[in-house]
Amino acid sequence: MEGNVADMGQFIGAGLAAIGSGAAAIGVGHVAGNFLAGALRNPSAAASQTATLFIGLAFAEALGIFAFLVALLLMFAV
Amino acid sequence: MEETVHAEETGLTFHPLDQFIVQPLFGTGEVHWYTITNATLWMAIAVLAIFALFVLGTQRRSIVPGRVQSVAELMHGFVHKMVEDVAGREGLRYFPYILTLFLFILFVNYLGLIPTAFTPTSHIAVTAVMGFGVFIAVTVLGFVLNGAAFLGLFWMKDAPLVLRPVIALIELISYFVRPVSHSIRLAGNIMAGHAVIKVFAGFAGIALISPLSIVAITAIYGLEVLVAGIQAYVFTILTCVYLKDALHPGH
Repeated sequence: MEGNVADMGQFIGAGLAAIGSGAAAIGVGHVAGNFLAGALRNPSAAASQTATLFIGLAFAEALGIFAFLVALLLMFAV
Repeated sequence: MEETVHAEETGLTFHPLDQFIVQPLFGTGEVHWYTITNATLWMAIAVLAIFALFVLGTQRRSIVPGRVQSVAELMHGFVHKMVEDVAGREGLRYFPYILTLFLFILFVNYLGLIPTAFTPTSHIAVTAVMGFGVFIAVTVLGFVLNGAAFLGLFWMKDAPLVLRPVIALIELISYFVRPVSHSIRLAGNIMAGHAVIKVFAGFAGIALISPLSIVAITAIYGLEVLVAGIQAYVFTILTCVYLKDALHPGH
């Protein structure tokens, strides 16, 4: 085993940034789950709200992608 | 991504990001802005495919559309309805721009799923041009159409007066983060998906788990087909949402 402390810090940081992906997964699950719950209560209104669903999913997911980006930057760019 | 040199190739090797290296198509050497690279090639293929579908495919303009023409009409109608639903009827003036964005992203994403193909949308440089293009267009449009009233987007009339400066600050920040998240979402999703496939492909080197890894690649590939379409849809619909803000900043 060889290497320096800075490398170790990079990898630990990248691993910590991966937690953000899990958090985004919770967010996306919330959006989709609540949409489904609402859609099953009132199926006739569901079709008109799919665009809102995708916008919500995109916003929730963007933050997870940011976390992923931080991990990538730590691994390859720093 | 900068070129990385892999000195020793021993055992299990993961280079999931090597597929995103931009290389000159002819010969080797530095990549300048005019160099024809693999990114240029695949963008050109996407544009040619769109041209073939929309210009050559609809040339006959038959009343009863053929196969190619109905696909083109389907896509046109899909985006047309999206713009009308989200941005309103006034938004239809900007429909050609939004259709162009949608088709380019969709075709680049799907062509990138062909094995050994290159995906230009996996590069933030490509998506940032589109994201900031939308941002600048929408901001200029908002000021041209509404004048100073466009700033009402940040000044919430229905919030308590004490909170309004705080909300205005938050709205301002979120407005300027828009192009960043808009472009990074697309690039990040595509890059992450392609990198995951490569990571599972790396596992195929171990004989014991290679069947499992191939099944996993197939499953993730299916997911990627879905993601490629959804991300094109999301990029387009967010463009419509931003456009709606520029057309009606009041609400």
